[in-house]
Amino acid sequence: MNTYTIDLSLRPTTFDLWHVCLAGTAAALALLLIVVLISVLVGMRRCRRAAVTDAAPVAPVPKPEPEIKIVEKIVEVEKIVQAPAPDPVVLKEATPDAALQLLSLLQKEARFIDFIKEDVSAFSDADIGAAARVVHQGCTKAINEHFTLAAISQDQEGSRVTLNKGFDANSFRLTGNIVGEAPFTGTLVHKGWQVTDLRLPKLTEGHNAKIIAAAEVEL
Amino acid sequence: MSAVRYSVGIDLGTTHCVLSYVDLESPEDQMVLAVMAIPQLTGPGTIEEKSQLASFTYLPHAAEIAEGSTTLPWSAKPEHLVGEIARNLGSKTPIRLVASAKSWLCHAGVDCKQAILPADAPEDVERISPFAASKAYLEHLREAWNHRFPEHKLQDQDLTITVPASFDPAARELTVEAARHVGLHQAVLLEEPQAALYSWIEKSEGDWRNHVKVGDVILVVDIGGGTTDLSLIAVTEQDGNLQLTRVAVGDHILLGGDNMDLALAYTIKAKMEQEGGKKLESWQLQALTHGCREAKEKLFNQPELAGMPLVVASRGSSLIGGTLRTELTRDELNRVLVEGFLPQVQVGDKPVVRPRSGLRSAGLPYAQDAGITRHLAAFLSRQKDATIELGHTPAENASFLHPTAVLFNGGVLKAEVLSGRLMSILNHWLQSEQAPQARLLQGADLDLAVARGAAYYGFVRKGKGVRIKGGVAASYYVGVESAMPAVPGLPPEIEALCIAPFGMEEGTEQELPNEEFGLIIGEPVRFRFFASKIRRDDPVGTRLEGWNDDELEELDEIEITLPEEGRMAGEIVPVHLSSAVTEVGTLELRAVSNRDGKRWKIEFDVRNSEESN
Repeated sequence: MNTYTIDLSLRPTTFDLWHVCLAGTAAALALLLIVVLISVLVGMRRCRRAAVTDAAPVAPVPKPEPEIKIVEKIVEVEKIVQAPAPDPVVLKEATPDAALQLLSLLQKEARFIDFIKEDVSAFSDADIGAAARVVHQGCTKAINEHFTLAAISQDQEGSRVTLNKGFDANSFRLTGNIVGEAPFTGTLVHKGWQVTDLRLPKLTEGHNAKIIAAAEVEL
Repeated sequence: MSAVRYSVGIDLGTTHCVLSYVDLESPEDQMVLAVMAIPQLTGPGTIEEKSQLASFTYLPHAAEIAEGSTTLPWSAKPEHLVGEIARNLGSKTPIRLVASAKSWLCHAGVDCKQAILPADAPEDVERISPFAASKAYLEHLREAWNHRFPEHKLQDQDLTITVPASFDPAARELTVEAARHVGLHQAVLLEEPQAALYSWIEKSEGDWRNHVKVGDVILVVDIGGGTTDLSLIAVTEQDGNLQLTRVAVGDHILLGGDNMDLALAYTIKAKMEQEGGKKLESWQLQALTHGCREAKEKLFNQPELAGMPLVVASRGSSLIGGTLRTELTRDELNRVLVEGFLPQVQVGDKPVVRPRSGLRSAGLPYAQDAGITRHLAAFLSRQKDATIELGHTPAENASFLHPTAVLFNGGVLKAEVLSGRLMSILNHWLQSEQAPQARLLQGADLDLAVARGAAYYGFVRKGKGVRIKGGVAASYYVGVESAMPAVPGLPPEIEALCIAPFGMEEGTEQELPNEEFGLIIGEPVRFRFFASKIRRDDPVGTRLEGWNDDELEELDEIEITLPEEGRMAGEIVPVHLSSAVTEVGTLELRAVSNRDGKRWKIEFDVRNSEESN
């Protein structure tokens, strides 16, 4: 029977094929372990991030209103979100109720839909003018009652204005000969409008906003 | 229970209600008065917040309103439709609209707790009482407040409700009772012209003392949507401090801005019918009234305009073809409003009173003379001596009381054409008697002053700031049969016995122990009841044997029924009368037993329902 003595101070002077294979296998296993560890780490990280994004819409639980549903009051504007290439472009959905509500207000106060839907070609300017007064007066009332409007630029239209670096490109649109660097100086063509306050009516749960004006039957 | 945090003022108007409040915990110099936006239905299914709640109630047909479309933030199905929705629906269906409930409260001859409104509704429309309508407005305001301030319920806050200075004791009592019915037990009353003056004082931020001086008499002219209310407030001095005393109030005049718009609409209607030869329908008149109101405001605000086009749109969906057009010219505006409502009259002129036709109509007793200046002239002439007891010496030969300052209130007087005209006529009267010109107190908020003043009054009641002394607005009398032999065929002579003197203050009581009446237990006993706004020196117990028609005004009868309470029905109990003015601001009359001092309340609200039928 062979007996093996273990002497740890002994160093091989020559590597046979067997030992080379052994060393290669050990190195390969170590590499594999590192790869697995890294992928586990990355995986865990992703999971956490995904969990956060999943939780986001749940977090602000809408306060349960007992009887009425408060329809979102903002007329939402399509807005392009500047994002890094891989993320998909997110567009905000405009809520149809608010738009319908505005139409209904304009119809109620200003007969807006009646006016738009009528063929004006058959009428004289005097007749159209008379009707336009109804529409104008009513629209003024409806808009003033539900929106607070303010001019964006306080300068006189036609005057020279200067936009410094970092100006809000949403509020000011450059046109014409756009070259060079800010500050930009040009002529104020239109002073702009913005809504500073908005007071749309709230709707009850069962209200059908698509009915802009109910048909009227006199008894 | 939460503590009192706010002082709340409610202007319970004929056409609009406004609620204003002030935080009592804020320091006096930083006091901020706010007007609360009141959520209300504006149409089926839509709720908007407005600073005014339209004082209208609509009684819908069961098939008229879709299920769930009258939901309010605090109630799935409110009992009554009030606010803007009521006015909107009612403009097309007037037979179901209750309007001007407040004016009915002060209408002699109707029982305000009977379901009588809408007055001209057909048989099968459910009706409600003027009292119930007032309750509905207060209830809406209470719910709106409690929805906004759930931590500080309205029933726990200081609350002031304004009433016209010309409201009689019964109407004041009804207002307080309506508030109690909706849980607002703590409400106190304040006269509207006083509230307007409080608001002016509050707005001046302490500067008011520089604008008035001892000896001033302030005339408050309040022309609202439906009523005109006049008051005189004198400035006196006590211990070096300025004091304000309300010395006189005018009659209840049902005349206001709505009458003006209607007058314009009828003028234009007549013009259109003459030009076009076609009769306008009632819905067209309605649209015309609306258009006239807007055109009027434009013309008043822009003096350079010569006229404003008016259009009446068709009801169908075809707008362009069916639109009628006409114009409201400045001449017409001046003729109808300025000359019609503020005619240049002499101070000796009196309002024209046509004898009422024999049949009493079911409607409100609207003023027969639209000339507001004539009502004003009559008021100032009658109150010629109103300030004598305060030590003011009126000018010799003065034929009317000379006001030295004027405070305006009410949306109508926002138009400078009208307020300027009123001032110039008043100053013309003053000039003709060599009196100095009256000055206009500036800076009043004509629309919201009453509610704001009412909220400020809560502050004043806490001892901060000056308080206007007032007391009861008239002297009150009961009619007693004079002790003389009966003459066959003639009703027994009536004497008027003064039971509450003019200016009797809140929290005081007066008794008439020497005037004994025998009341029969179990049987209602009625007294005739009179008020006088000019006999201001009669102490309690004065017996008047005769009086002029304009001296004493007869109010509704008052009634007392002694309960049996262990006594025999038919037994006669000797009593004397006692009167008290409560802290709330209502007059209370009681019968006090001469035997054991037991007290029974005498009811005001016994308006004969059989008379109104």
